[in-house]
Amino acid sequence: MPLLDIVDLRKYFEVKRGFFGSKGYVKAVDGVSLSLERGESVSIVGESGCGKTTLGKTILRLYEPTDGRIVFDGKDITHLTWKELSWYRRETGLVQQDPSGALPSFMTVKRILEEPLIIHKVKDREERMERIYKVLEQVKLTPVEDFLEKYPHMLSGGQQQRLVIARSIILRPKLIIADEPVSMLDASVRVEILKLLQSLQRDYRLSIIYITHDLSTTRYFSERICIMYAGHIVESAETRELLTNPLHPYTRALLNVIPDPDPSNRFIIREVPAGEPPNLLNPPPGCRFSPRCQNSMKGLCDVKEPPMVEVRKGHFVKCWLYG
Amino acid sequence: MAEPHLTVKNLVMYYRTVRGEVKAVDNVSFSLPRSKTVAIIGESGCGKSSLAKSIIKLLPRNVSVYKGVILFDGVDLMKMDEETFRRDIRWVKITYVPQAALNSLNPVIKIGEQMIEPLLLHFKIRKAEALEKAAKALKRVGISEEFINHYPFELSGGMRQRVIIAMSMLTNPELMVLDEPTSSLDVLTQANIINLLKTIKRDLKLSMIFITHDVGLSSELADRVAVMYAGQIVEFASADEFYRNPKHPYSQKLMDSVPTLKTDKKLDFIPGSPPSLLNPPKGCRFAERCPYRFEKCKESPPVIKLSEDFYVRCWLYEKR
Repeated sequence: MPLLDIVDLRKYFEVKRGFFGSKGYVKAVDGVSLSLERGESVSIVGESGCGKTTLGKTILRLYEPTDGRIVFDGKDITHLTWKELSWYRRETGLVQQDPSGALPSFMTVKRILEEPLIIHKVKDREERMERIYKVLEQVKLTPVEDFLEKYPHMLSGGQQQRLVIARSIILRPKLIIADEPVSMLDASVRVEILKLLQSLQRDYRLSIIYITHDLSTTRYFSERICIMYAGHIVESAETRELLTNPLHPYTRALLNVIPDPDPSNRFIIREVPAGEPPNLLNPPPGCRFSPRCQNSMKGLCDVKEPPMVEVRKGHFVKCWLYG
Repeated sequence: MAEPHLTVKNLVMYYRTVRGEVKAVDNVSFSLPRSKTVAIIGESGCGKSSLAKSIIKLLPRNVSVYKGVILFDGVDLMKMDEETFRRDIRWVKITYVPQAALNSLNPVIKIGEQMIEPLLLHFKIRKAEALEKAAKALKRVGISEEFINHYPFELSGGMRQRVIIAMSMLTNPELMVLDEPTSSLDVLTQANIINLLKTIKRDLKLSMIFITHDVGLSSELADRVAVMYAGQIVEFASADEFYRNPKHPYSQKLMDSVPTLKTDKKLDFIPGSPPSLLNPPKGCRFAERCPYRFEKCKESPPVIKLSEDFYVRCWLYEKR
């Protein structure tokens, strides 16, 4: 049984145009299915506005799903109330993009880490301290004594992010959603944080959903990649398979434009699909990538939404080229 | 060999804050041949933006030391008075493209009106004529002419950045200073902007200074690379040398930390963090994090010339 099983998940946000205007829906997540084993890490890759952050937050039930089903550890949590979700909060953690924004500036490191323990009723003071020490060692903020009384602004960006990770794992969750955890960090620190997450995943059989716009870091981090475009997952496969054998035209475009350092890059003009991602308030009919797609077939792609098909074992793609 | 288009020699720019003097640009030298691009690579806080701004003399108000030589077409810009510099150089021969331009456009002025400001300021030209030029410039960067009558909020982030680039080209500049022009843009939008810059570079033979923290991206434009660390350039090399075989330990470590998509490699990171520019160490500034550190690194390393236009600031390469 997978740890997390998501079936046809949807999250729409209602918007009104003007005071009396007609209602509309921003379809941020529109029919996403995904399952995740214990100790597995999967990347969700997409550009800004594709719905990847909404997907993460809906999985964590920070948003109420519009439709679909989320099953965690065998329990359906799709429509649990805030109170009933208390145990789920303990089993899941969120690592956000901007560490300095995610940390309260007026609390010391110790206080920041103690807070979730108090909320989740770890009553014994000594046990709390013990867990704080242990978690700081896990994220390598050592020697621990040097950090306990520090405030977030006294830490470097990398250290702040390690503190955010420490906070997210202190309740010993089974699932972590890391939403662009390294995009605000420098290259040399990025790898450090990703390696830390990876070691936590391995050592504690943590499942991690890594949400990012940066395809190049996923290669080193996750076992499986899902490519998201305009509210849909358009392709998913094992990391190596997806990177060496991309099928969806959107995935191919992404892979084609990301440069590895090489002096010959400067002589190449890269092929980039025209246009921009659609407005999710009113997405195009059929395949949502079709207006930008070179392989778009008239009368099919712009009319009918393609199904998700398994082209090779474990390699799924939502495209009429393979339908 | 022809004289370089831009030569920067021993450029220093410090500014004063309540906590002390920040040595943002500390004795920086490099040269840029005509129609070529130099990429300045460095992590946040290494002084790369300060360097760019020092070249076009957009200095912070609290600047305390500003000296050195900036030869542009053989003329020392440092000796030029502000009046002449503003009239002939800034926004005329040298233009500056800031970080992805969400805040660089005035939200209440139409695109066209904003674009022609430098034209009206610097050239005796009628407004209608200027607007016509603006429309043409927009077209060249792939935006339909009608957008001169639109407001910035009607454009996407990528389009806004194109407007800024179009605007910076209106005065037919010779040198473009691009300060992280694509950060905060999406991958495909970024690729679009880079394509645009490549065609500009090829067709108009502009010289460019391309400032970025992204090593992979830098290779999209760079003919030469300057690696900056803690206010200093630690390596200056041709693109062919740098991307295949970086010399300075910091360059090597930085390269090791860049994930690649198409090839396998072992990723590594640099332990520790860069020194504060308030009080950088006396010796080599990278020494504390350097795996090859030895006794000599307690002294500040000289800039060592490996060959023509190939320099490294590291004791390892001292001729013995």
